[in-house]
Amino acid sequence: MEIPYTIQIRPDTGLYNAKLGIWLFLASEVMLFGGLFSAYILLRVGAEPGMWPHGWLNVTLGTVNTLLLALSAITTLLAWAACKVRDFRKFKIFHACTILLALTFLGIKSYEYHDKLIHYEVQLTNGKFADGHLIEKSADFDLAKKTGTVTLHGRIVEDEKDLMDLRATPAEKPAEITVAAADIKKMENYGPKHNTFTAIYFTLTGLHALHILGGTIVIFYFWAFGGAMWKSDPERFTNRIEVSGLFWHFVDLVWIFLFPVLYLT
Amino acid sequence: MSDSEKPVCLKSYFRLCAVVFLVVVCTTSAMIATSFSHLGEGWTLKVALILAIAVVNAFLVAGYLMHLLSEKKLVYTVLAFTVFFFIGLMGLTVWATNGFPPGTATH
Repeated sequence: MEIPYTIQIRPDTGLYNAKLGIWLFLASEVMLFGGLFSAYILLRVGAEPGMWPHGWLNVTLGTVNTLLLALSAITTLLAWAACKVRDFRKFKIFHACTILLALTFLGIKSYEYHDKLIHYEVQLTNGKFADGHLIEKSADFDLAKKTGTVTLHGRIVEDEKDLMDLRATPAEKPAEITVAAADIKKMENYGPKHNTFTAIYFTLTGLHALHILGGTIVIFYFWAFGGAMWKSDPERFTNRIEVSGLFWHFVDLVWIFLFPVLYLT
Repeated sequence: MSDSEKPVCLKSYFRLCAVVFLVVVCTTSAMIATSFSHLGEGWTLKVALILAIAVVNAFLVAGYLMHLLSEKKLVYTVLAFTVFFFIGLMGLTVWATNGFPPGTATH
């Protein structure tokens, strides 16, 4: 049985079915991310004064990722345009670029996550806070038994608030700090459960990264196995590329707002 | 006829993409510059400016790369509903900002 309106325009909608489908899907995606942005606003305005983090994320890496996604959106468009002019070789080149750019984006994101997961805030028994990246834990380190030591590359501050606005705090050269487990009241990395900022950061960027991963898999599928449909039905294949491209542009659009909201404000 | 149905010239798309990328670079730089500037006290003005620049950036991607500037009426209708509900969602968010249920901790 032939599926209707995969190529032809449906008279009542003026669109082929997949295109209407992707726009309806994107509308639902706007509401999904909208709900999370709404949660972000409520968490931010509900934070105690001086307790919302600034400067915790690497702006350089965020900027590089912004440009990578913008470039990938462009190569996606060019891949579709190449299909339109019936140039499959160029389509392969442009979509290969999209896949490479997407994988680089995910690589950088993974590095950022790793950086947060090895970054520890240690509340000491004397009321001070040690903060920095984990260098090593001694072999006998056990927080529950209070044995061993932990070494961080960072600094010690008097108040937790001093760790919140890294832009306002004068740059202090990080040093190697060794803390005995007996002096530690609480030790926690900058993972999702650290505070409401890291929770919403990991949720928003994690969901976005899943979209990137899903989009990359689809684009890779068309790139690697699309040749057969290109030979039998190039028009339908071109429409598939347009639909996957619309999804990819949406993912870029979400990042356009995630970057300033999380990295710059 | 929407842009995606018109005959395509690869060269003109190259030019369009170059312009869009250049503007994205400029708007991203502007957002970063605004973020690190000393505009006003606190973050309110800076956040408003940065989000305004982000909207310009988003308009470029949606308008030119997604061909939204010349789409079919049904797509605009779907998006009009989305915008309506999105504004409603954000409106409720702002409305709820200072509303704390009785007995819950506030600061």
